[in-house]
Amino acid sequence: MSSVGSFTASLSELDVPWTRSTVDALDGVLDDVLAPPTVAAPLGLDGYSLTDRSDVTLDPTPGDLDGATTGLTAAGPAIADYGSVVVRADAAGSEPVSLYCERHVAVVAESAVLPSMRAAIGELGDAIRDGLTGAVVATGPSATADMGELVYGAHGPTEVHVVVVEGR
Amino acid sequence: MASDPAHERQGHDAPHDDSHEDRAARIRRLLATEGPAVHENTVGFNEGRYESVARLDDYEALKEEARTIKEDAIERLPALVEAVTEAVEARGGHVHLAADAADANRYIAEVCTDADADHVVKSKSMTSEEIAVNDALADAGLRVTETDLGEWVLQLADDAPSHLVAPAIHKSREEIARLFEHTFDLEDPPETATELTRFARERLGEHLADADVGLTGANFVTADTGTITLVTSEGNARKTVAATDTHVAVAGVEKLVPTVEDLAPFVELIGRSGTGQDITSYVSLLTPPVDTPTLDFDADETGDPETREFHLVLLDNGRLDMREDDDLRETLYCIRCSACANTCANFQQVGGHAFGGETYTGGIATGWEAGVHGLDAAAAFNDLCTGCSRCVEACPVGIDIPWINTVVRDRLNRSGETDRFDFLVDGLTPDAESGGPPLQKRFFGNFERVARLASATAPLSNRLAATDVVRAAMERTLGVDRRRALPQFRRETLVEWFAGRPDPLVTDAFDDVTREVVLYPDLYTNHVHVERGKAAVRVLEALGVRVVVPPVGSSGRAPFSQGMVSTARAHAEAVTDTLLTHVEVGRDVVTVEPSDLAMFRSDYHHLLDDDRFERLAAASFGCLEYCYGLFEHDERRTEQFDVPPADRRVAFHGHCQQRTLGLDGYTEGVLERLGCDVATSTVECCGMAGSFGYKDDYYELSVAVGEDLRDQFTVEGCADRTVVAGGTSCVEQLDALLDRPATHPVELLARALV
Repeated sequence: MSSVGSFTASLSELDVPWTRSTVDALDGVLDDVLAPPTVAAPLGLDGYSLTDRSDVTLDPTPGDLDGATTGLTAAGPAIADYGSVVVRADAAGSEPVSLYCERHVAVVAESAVLPSMRAAIGELGDAIRDGLTGAVVATGPSATADMGELVYGAHGPTEVHVVVVEGR
Repeated sequence: MASDPAHERQGHDAPHDDSHEDRAARIRRLLATEGPAVHENTVGFNEGRYESVARLDDYEALKEEARTIKEDAIERLPALVEAVTEAVEARGGHVHLAADAADANRYIAEVCTDADADHVVKSKSMTSEEIAVNDALADAGLRVTETDLGEWVLQLADDAPSHLVAPAIHKSREEIARLFEHTFDLEDPPETATELTRFARERLGEHLADADVGLTGANFVTADTGTITLVTSEGNARKTVAATDTHVAVAGVEKLVPTVEDLAPFVELIGRSGTGQDITSYVSLLTPPVDTPTLDFDADETGDPETREFHLVLLDNGRLDMREDDDLRETLYCIRCSACANTCANFQQVGGHAFGGETYTGGIATGWEAGVHGLDAAAAFNDLCTGCSRCVEACPVGIDIPWINTVVRDRLNRSGETDRFDFLVDGLTPDAESGGPPLQKRFFGNFERVARLASATAPLSNRLAATDVVRAAMERTLGVDRRRALPQFRRETLVEWFAGRPDPLVTDAFDDVTREVVLYPDLYTNHVHVERGKAAVRVLEALGVRVVVPPVGSSGRAPFSQGMVSTARAHAEAVTDTLLTHVEVGRDVVTVEPSDLAMFRSDYHHLLDDDRFERLAAASFGCLEYCYGLFEHDERRTEQFDVPPADRRVAFHGHCQQRTLGLDGYTEGVLERLGCDVATSTVECCGMAGSFGYKDDYYELSVAVGEDLRDQFTVEGCADRTVVAGGTSCVEQLDALLDRPATHPVELLARALV
């Protein structure tokens, strides 16, 4: 199985919905998966910009974060074995955008899907030595069992949707 | 009250009081109150661990790698501290190496003062519990809010964690609902787990938005980059960092690993080993100050990431001394995953409020408590480790947790005072202990002498011991619970029987009849279960093996269990002297009792020099393991048996130490080869564990553990099976709990001989 195939299989096992899309079709996909209001950080895809979307707030204030239902961010690498996506801290606020809203939509370039945890940590090691200050290996929604049974949406998102961008 | 959670949190209400009544009463209370919730959760985590690690391609190699990284890191610790300091400071952060709790707390309070803070939010951190930072910050006039849901519940309830990973594991949903209702005086209180979580999220969201300083722990810190790794599920640790401008991370110095790449095996192992999750929701690799805009919720503004501040507090608090301590050093490899607690049959019943000290809980807590809080902090719960050893294979870095418990017990024994009843056992106790092990430990530790005297005077000794007045006296002075049946000593020992019997007829039907064995006459087989030893002799001879049963002393298992290491070592030396003379002439050593085999194959490496240990270990076998090997050599040997129909459906309980040695499969293999259908228990230990189940403090706990096993063997499909167990203790426990007898597998084989 390709890394992408095994990644989406892992997502399915985690009950994390996912969509494959080209860059051209991305806006249509986002129309479906963004539950408004949406806050976002740039997706870092050549030839695609969120500034064209009027339903998305970039550079959100704390109030925007609190009021939004969906947080839309880029993510990568992704880890096929685990169905994990890595959210990178940046000045555009990817970390809070991915964390504060009910729903996190993570957009992953196909080429960023790595087979294993070890491969991902290797890549992150290089990136950290290059100046990356925060990387969260996120697997499924936030969860707690502290209240007597498993509940999603403890402090972070209750649901996660992953979009894999083909050809990137 | 919730509006001001910065009140003092009490430690465990565990009295460090050694009196028997208090301890027994406390265990009884916890069995009835917190036990059910702890049991449900830990058993679930433990089952999840087995399933999750089975999904790894090479679990054992990953554990080896993790162990090697930790050994190397602790070896090079001073250099790693230097490296991480350089890395963090180069990025504009600050590092403080704190000598002790007071030093750490003083520094953290200063950071808060310098930041003009009045509110600190915290994510879950056992190290911060160790230094009681909440109290210290409260004293400095700060409000502190725990943001992990479990920790917050405990903060509201003024309670202490009962588990390393799931701190409020002992609280049921109903209790939490009542707590919220009463604390916040709610009209429409949340009830379901989802409602409770939502309520907590909203309340804590306000605290997070309000706070100035975020205090986290660290699961790992990489020395090359100063990367703080946080393994979490709720997302509160992420918010604790994102929502505050000043981040303080508190970590024991042992959390350092050399490089980011070294995190790989730990990230794959920690969740699986702990709660049985392949990975937790979030593994944050933070190399602060993080490049995330600051969040000012009051002004509804974001700010420049450059204004973020970071402080790493590396805590010594006894760890550098532990590093120099050959027996406690391994504790520093611990990644606090909680596997040792979840897999522990005793912990599963009572949780960390009994099986824990001032801060830490579970099997490894003994090492941590002795190392950071001092020997006495481990005294109250150390005896709850029975040495069953199931935690050793569960530990992702392979720490010999039972040995740490044994060493600490030994040190506690030596620091003790002589018991006023010591004269009662002085004649019975030829031990090599300096200082004063408690009377009860000396009695059980010198059980060989007891057994010899009792056999010599049997059956009078049995009749005398059964009288009410003697049982009452034994309970009062030795803490031997009168509800337990005592062993029935035999006048003629196995060794005496063997010496007096006519020369046997050993079949020479098999091509490979060259083997000669020493059947090791362990204490119980020799003095109590003599029939079991005779059965082993008959089976081995039927398989074409020449057997000798020479007089050999006891293995030292009994004193070893009581933490009487010098006495155990004296036994080990003497037994090895004798057995090696047989090994040298080509004999193998075959054991009936798995706990003695575990001494020869595993524990003796702590007691003997390497060469002697390895020679004896390589020549020692369990009797069913040996039979299995003989079947492999010549399949025709199976024809010596015809298992009677009544014995063809078997319920088998693998002895705990036998399982850790990986030998329980041989019993299943032999029985299945002879046509039996075998159902094997999944409990980790029978709960008897040698002397443990006899001690009046622990009798009820021992029975509670045993009831899990009883339940498995009385369900439909199992209730009519012949019960087989490899250990003397397991058989005793099963006999006490079941209406049908339990049998050692070699006795089942003996009665199947054609």
